[in-house]
Amino acid sequence: MSVVGRGGAGGEPARPEGLAALAARRERLERRAHVIQAVRAFFHARGFLEVETPLWMRAPLPERYIDAIPCGRGFLATSPEPHMKQLLAAGYERIFQISKCFRAGEAGRLHHPEFTMLEWYRAHAGSAALVEDVQTLVRYVCRKVLGTGELTYQGRRVDVEGAWEYVSVDEAFARYACAELRAEPDQAWFDETLVRQIEPQLGLEVPTIISGYPRAFCPMARALPGVPERADRCEVYIAGVELANGCAEQTDVAEQEAALRREREIRGARGAHVYAWPSAFLAAVPYMPPCAGMALGVDRLVMLLCDAPRISDVMAFCEEWYNSA
Amino acid sequence: MYEASDLKKGLKIQIDGEPYIVTDFEFTKPGKGAAIYWARLRNMLTGASIERSFRSNDKFEEADLTAVPMEYLYFDGHHYCFMNPQTFEHHLAEEQVIGEKKGFLVENTPVDVLLFGDRIIDVTLPPSVVLKIVRSEPGVRGDTATNATKPAELETGITVQVPLFVNEGEYIRVDTRTGEYIERVKK
Repeated sequence: MSVVGRGGAGGEPARPEGLAALAARRERLERRAHVIQAVRAFFHARGFLEVETPLWMRAPLPERYIDAIPCGRGFLATSPEPHMKQLLAAGYERIFQISKCFRAGEAGRLHHPEFTMLEWYRAHAGSAALVEDVQTLVRYVCRKVLGTGELTYQGRRVDVEGAWEYVSVDEAFARYACAELRAEPDQAWFDETLVRQIEPQLGLEVPTIISGYPRAFCPMARALPGVPERADRCEVYIAGVELANGCAEQTDVAEQEAALRREREIRGARGAHVYAWPSAFLAAVPYMPPCAGMALGVDRLVMLLCDAPRISDVMAFCEEWYNSA
Repeated sequence: MYEASDLKKGLKIQIDGEPYIVTDFEFTKPGKGAAIYWARLRNMLTGASIERSFRSNDKFEEADLTAVPMEYLYFDGHHYCFMNPQTFEHHLAEEQVIGEKKGFLVENTPVDVLLFGDRIIDVTLPPSVVLKIVRSEPGVRGDTATNATKPAELETGITVQVPLFVNEGEYIRVDTRTGEYIERVKK
């Protein structure tokens, strides 16, 4: 950290300039704390148990494009999912957690290699219950923190108390990209179209939930009832920002294992780390109740509520991790 | 070799044999999807801007660019000639590479030449140069207004505003970024 020569004359030592920058973001950091407080109050009031799972693990889930950061003989957690599902299998039916997640190489306007995730699970529930949860949660936090039912993000006024918009992924591709989604679309094309043409159009007046993702891109989700090529997975968007991702969880161990093997093969082909096989997680899957879970980016929720353009704007410390992790 | 994750503003890379500079850059990643790196690049030969997306596994070469201190020698009517004072090698620059900068170039002006292979693609002038006034009306005696100036035509053909006490035949220092008079120089 460089030091500015503010002191000296009066005899007091110079204050590092980083401290002035920290002091200047007080308002956002206070709002961040307020958001986290509201989230906790929301889940406690609904009978969810707050849990803590390890940040260090030997066997992160081998998702094809999510890269863990090596740490000792294991890795930093990319998500609390494998451990939270073991808790579900052990009989904890409503659990939530606010935890740090780490993902190598993810650094941009909406990404930081270390970020804060809210993740919650409900036993004996499907994605409809999640949608209900996330909708009530966002409305509650917005009202609690801003005192109104709408937020303005980068010039867009979004009414979170209005009726949310529901669009299937197929419909979103047709509407915003004039493209028909095949049963198994090419992933590079899918990702690029989603990011470039579709996401900027989502959640502009009211929040949008898109659902029914191509099955191959959702290794942890169940198929949509009656639609084997689509997964029962949804994503929440506000003002073009992807905020949360949820699904009806896969509880069929054979299908889960096959899906993770495919993911691991793709990682191998990419030349990415191949982690230890997640045996403890897979051993728990047969005991999982039917359940649904959602992950929400807390930093992004704070961004939306502070009208902050970059994720680093709502963090006290933003390491220059860029690309080195 | 660079990878997509090395992309950042100001990076100079080579695409299809031509040098590009990254002028804008964004990292995106849809939930569970693959990282996509979006870059806006300016072709350093043509000035044209393009947008390209890169994937994590994409690799590309560093642009073969070298900055070499040289001295300006002369203009032959089509090309500007520069000399490397270390090797005495001569290099020619196309007229459009020099553009407006010709107004600050006189023999032996030290410059930094940017070479792509052995082709000059840019020339960086020193912060200021000393140029001779070839024509300027004498200042009106008794005019003492502090900011009073008059136009003066310099040996390179450009005209700058100078204080009234500066005369034809004298030398002045000129800021190459703003084109403004700095001071009179005894030579």
